[in-house]
Amino acid sequence: MRKGMTAAAIAGVLALTATACGGDGGGSGDSSGRKAATDPQSVSGSITWWDTSNEAEGPTYDKLVAAFQKEYPKIKVNRTSVSFDQAEQKFKTAAQNGKGAPDVIRTDVGWSAGFANLGYLQPLDGTPALDNAADFLPGPMSTAKWKDETVGVPQVTDTLALLYNKEVFAKAGITKPPATWDEFIATAKTIKAKTGVTGTQLNPEGYFSLPFLYGEGADMLDVDGKKITVNSAGAVKGMETALKLAASDVALKPASTDGYVAAQTSFKDGKIAMVINGPWSVSDDYTGKAFKNKDNLGIANIPAGPSGTAAAPIGGHNYSVYRGSKNKDASYLFVKFMASAQSQELTAKEINTLPTRKSAYTAAVTADPAKKAFQQALSVAKSRPVIPGVGDLFVAFDQHYVKVLRGDAAPKEGLDALAKEWNSKLLKDYSIG
Amino acid sequence: MSSLIVRTRRSFSTHWYAWAMVLPVVIVLGVLVGYPLGRGIYLSFTDANEANMGRTIGDFSVPSTYTFVGLENYWNILSGKEGSFYPRLTWTILWTLSCVVLHYGIGLGLAMLLNRRMRGRSLYRVLLVLPWAVPAFVAAFAWKLMYNTDNGVLNALLGKVGVAPVDWLGDPFVQKLSVIAVNTWLGVPFMMVAILGGLQSIPRELHEAAEIDGATPWQRFVHVTLPGLRPVSSTIVLLGTIWTFNMFPIIYLVIGQAGGTESEILVTYAYRLAFQGVRDYAGSAAYGIVILSLLLVFSVVYRGMLNRQEAAK
Repeated sequence: MRKGMTAAAIAGVLALTATACGGDGGGSGDSSGRKAATDPQSVSGSITWWDTSNEAEGPTYDKLVAAFQKEYPKIKVNRTSVSFDQAEQKFKTAAQNGKGAPDVIRTDVGWSAGFANLGYLQPLDGTPALDNAADFLPGPMSTAKWKDETVGVPQVTDTLALLYNKEVFAKAGITKPPATWDEFIATAKTIKAKTGVTGTQLNPEGYFSLPFLYGEGADMLDVDGKKITVNSAGAVKGMETALKLAASDVALKPASTDGYVAAQTSFKDGKIAMVINGPWSVSDDYTGKAFKNKDNLGIANIPAGPSGTAAAPIGGHNYSVYRGSKNKDASYLFVKFMASAQSQELTAKEINTLPTRKSAYTAAVTADPAKKAFQQALSVAKSRPVIPGVGDLFVAFDQHYVKVLRGDAAPKEGLDALAKEWNSKLLKDYSIG
Repeated sequence: MSSLIVRTRRSFSTHWYAWAMVLPVVIVLGVLVGYPLGRGIYLSFTDANEANMGRTIGDFSVPSTYTFVGLENYWNILSGKEGSFYPRLTWTILWTLSCVVLHYGIGLGLAMLLNRRMRGRSLYRVLLVLPWAVPAFVAAFAWKLMYNTDNGVLNALLGKVGVAPVDWLGDPFVQKLSVIAVNTWLGVPFMMVAILGGLQSIPRELHEAAEIDGATPWQRFVHVTLPGLRPVSSTIVLLGTIWTFNMFPIIYLVIGQAGGTESEILVTYAYRLAFQGVRDYAGSAAYGIVILSLLLVFSVVYRGMLNRQEAAK
């Protein structure tokens, strides 16, 4: 008994010292953000920001950083470009070691929960970083929460929609885009028969199969019930629709390596009439010979399943602050600035991103038909399950989806195997079915 | 026991400078090899992963909660419970075997050709060594582009002669052939250079004497050239086997993440355990130790075999 009490006492003392240490760095490591809230101009120091945007987007963010530094001359921001493919692992390694981690990181919405679960992200509730939280769209906002805390501020959002070639549609005598997957297949057949253009090409990544699953009312997981539902009857039916389409002669065979690029190239070159893709692809579409005339690109909501439901996954990025950051006040101010309506409006106009704030959908932004169409598409978008490492689920998903589309495994068989693999490796405490 | 101490002390007093010379190396090796190895072995007996390792980040602090689980990780791997060890081991062995056989066979052939007197010999040598000078990751990406189903140069060539495009990196079987081809391309130059050196060290008189005795070219190859190459061959085959067994970049970069896990070898799989999802430190450490043990056993058996052959002669 005595021994137990000593141990408890020691543990208590240790805990106190640990927290005291945390507070000691207080001058600079204070996480309340009081200074940033009350006297932002007095905040000084330098912070590092890991930006995962691509090369084409870089100049716009440089411009924003310059504007921020002009507003807060005492703060210096080091924008470090980190490749999107490597950022997740790189951040995890740096965050765990406590060395070399950035103050602010742009995270994929699929990473937030995983980082937060390991304690790498600073909760932002009540800090200046989370400015006018009610203004954010509910979908993107839900990706920035972990348990009861807000661990990110939504930067951009995206979803999938149906992109089509208006000229080919007109030639085939089709007046409106298909609203269901059955209509989608029928449209593809008509186009092939009347114009000779192939209907579509599927992208064999698991993420792009989600609209087929959602259309049947199915989902990958039931997080509350701790169940893997990716092999449910509805999901199998959705997968069968995808297979029917991929194996038909009105669709090009999905390319099993670099499938995204293959489908995108076919669409840009006018070889296929329809493709499922996100807003990030629009600028790229305009560079293709089929869309020299921007008006030729039609964008419609994702087709629905037989149940009448249509939904596509929500993607996008959040800004997060590293919990070990030495300069949280400056980090908060920076996140606040970067996620502000003005900043979002600028990026929307310059690099075609979809804002996460309602107030950023200004007339200037929605004047562009592509952005207006994607704003519409967001209304049927669905958030992916918020669990740590949801992104990792897609490694196995991609492999089994390719197998199904290649005809190496039947839809039911493929999804059963996928459920089993998730269960044995990543979701050990879940049940199947 | 005491004699051992006495002997050590005597050797120390006479050869102290040798000890002093060796000390920095011992320290560096201890830090760079000994410590990580020891830590890896320790972790392989625990259930440590990213979530239960203690960490303090800013105001957030959790203590370590991983526990000692003894041989459980090894049992999971070796009993096949973990699911992917034996199929992957089979493929890793097949991969190593086919690569090393091709490396050695083609390397030997090219070395024999280059060992003749001919015009432009040094130019050929430079050209043939070129793949070796290319960093493995550059080679991997270049080959990946060539293998591309829609836009790759290989399918374009096949198309010219009217052959349907091949899904080089998609079909699980073709995928395996594809990576073996890349690794063969990459590994032959080293074998060629080493064997060429070996060939040039065989005294010309041996060949001349055999020729005078009326030996056919084949007989000279089997009875003079091959035995003369033995010291070189045994070393490069051992090295080649170890390298190929652990040839990470080719498999990882050519096939990529999404291409299918069936063509993964043991090391790329261990890497995935360590760097995917909640990082499984214990599981990947156990995998690493198993791989190390396999290679150690192989080396010992292989050397033993060679020594026995040597003794039999």
